[in-house]
Amino acid sequence: MNQTQYELNKGLAQMLKGGVIMDVTTPEQAKIAEAAGACAVMALERIPADIRAAGGVSRMSDPKMIKGIQEAVSIPVMAKCRIGHFVEAQILEAIEIDYIDESEVLSPADDIYHIDKTEFKVPFVCGARDLGEALRRINEGASMIRTKGEPGTGDVVQAVRHMRKMNSEIRKITAMSKDELYEEAKQLQVPFNLIQFVHENGKLPVVNFAAGGVATPADAALMMQLGAEGVFVGSGIFKSGDPAKRAAAIVQAVTNYKDANLIAKLSEDLGEAMVGINPSEIKIIMEERGK
Amino acid sequence: MRIGILAVQGAFIEHEKQLVSIADHFNEQIECIEIRKKSDLENLDGIILPGGESTVQGKLLRDLEIFDTLQAMILQGVPTLATCAGLILLAQSLENDSTMHLATLPVTVQRNAYGRQLGSFSVSSNVGEIENFPLIFIRAPYITEVSADTKILVAVDQHIVGVEYKNQIGLAFHPEMTDDTRIHKYFLQKVKAYNSATV
Repeated sequence: MNQTQYELNKGLAQMLKGGVIMDVTTPEQAKIAEAAGACAVMALERIPADIRAAGGVSRMSDPKMIKGIQEAVSIPVMAKCRIGHFVEAQILEAIEIDYIDESEVLSPADDIYHIDKTEFKVPFVCGARDLGEALRRINEGASMIRTKGEPGTGDVVQAVRHMRKMNSEIRKITAMSKDELYEEAKQLQVPFNLIQFVHENGKLPVVNFAAGGVATPADAALMMQLGAEGVFVGSGIFKSGDPAKRAAAIVQAVTNYKDANLIAKLSEDLGEAMVGINPSEIKIIMEERGK
Repeated sequence: MRIGILAVQGAFIEHEKQLVSIADHFNEQIECIEIRKKSDLENLDGIILPGGESTVQGKLLRDLEIFDTLQAMILQGVPTLATCAGLILLAQSLENDSTMHLATLPVTVQRNAYGRQLGSFSVSSNVGEIENFPLIFIRAPYITEVSADTKILVAVDQHIVGVEYKNQIGLAFHPEMTDDTRIHKYFLQKVKAYNSATV
């Protein structure tokens, strides 16, 4: 990927800001998501909650299924490949996906190396739990970052923890003197120039979304107020009682994330939220995948 | 002057940064208002419709009851700069698509005209009087038809990608994503001229 392409790829993430990216498993769901105001959809065979329930190895989705979704909507379509599985990424690039999510939601294909994303023309988004993970992914060529959260739980606590941690580390680096940055780069195992960027700009060099466990308009607004530039909603929509209504409410809550009166109204009569599971009840901790 | 930037979704901060960076060149103060609800439209001297997803922005314009007032203001002549998704919002019609949004600009626009993200690109070209402007296209539209009284500002490979009609500037590319502020300056000049004419 040359520098111009990287700028264009970061640019697409900028266009998604202030928006909601929704997990969908069928063209029908994709249309519901688009009509509800999703700024992009993530095409996958099973949403994280079902991946969790099914267990076993989970892999990239069937390209035919992804193509069906690409044909159904006009907004950008993303899809997931396994961490380190660069051939799945090559396949997704071949079918002209708009963004690849190298995702901990699927079973990792490589327990040491992530994909060298600089070798691709297509953009990548990656999950991160802290600033070190985020900057390592960016160094590998990711042009967008999202918190990992704990996917498929309907529990926002890990996404909150990851966003808070990242922001507090950013604030710390902003306040450092220049000579302290070298040691910080060493501690975080990231290149100096990325630490320097954070020091000078007080933010990541790419767009940062929240993901993992967002289930209500209030959850989405919470992540926005904590500094997310947009929100991924996975299981939270199509595992709820009234997906179309909940999706539209989350979209409006992300736009007006500081307007409590509006969010109160949006939160009325949404039907059942996804049931959700607590961290202590789950067997597979996805956020641990890929460091 | 008060410039309202539609902030329901998309790359609105980038436009704000451009305006802030050129504020020194103007004798008057420039105030940026983020438009998220109807009341944010009060007393605006200029309007910017940023890039993003037009389906989302168009829906939110209606859901948040911004649509009618915004449309009336643009028709009244409040200077408007629209980029990418913004151009789609302004277009009077869309190719192969019955959707219509503000429909104040007499052009027909083809959405995602260059295909998916792998079709995104950048080139350099003259835009009206402005020479060698960097044009950044991201899943961009282009214009397939214009009315006789619409001025074409720029075309790339025979496709129209920038127009001006009365007080509306519609661009398929993203001047807000460059360091080049000339288009924003041009827009602010229009706002200034409009203000002095209406006061």
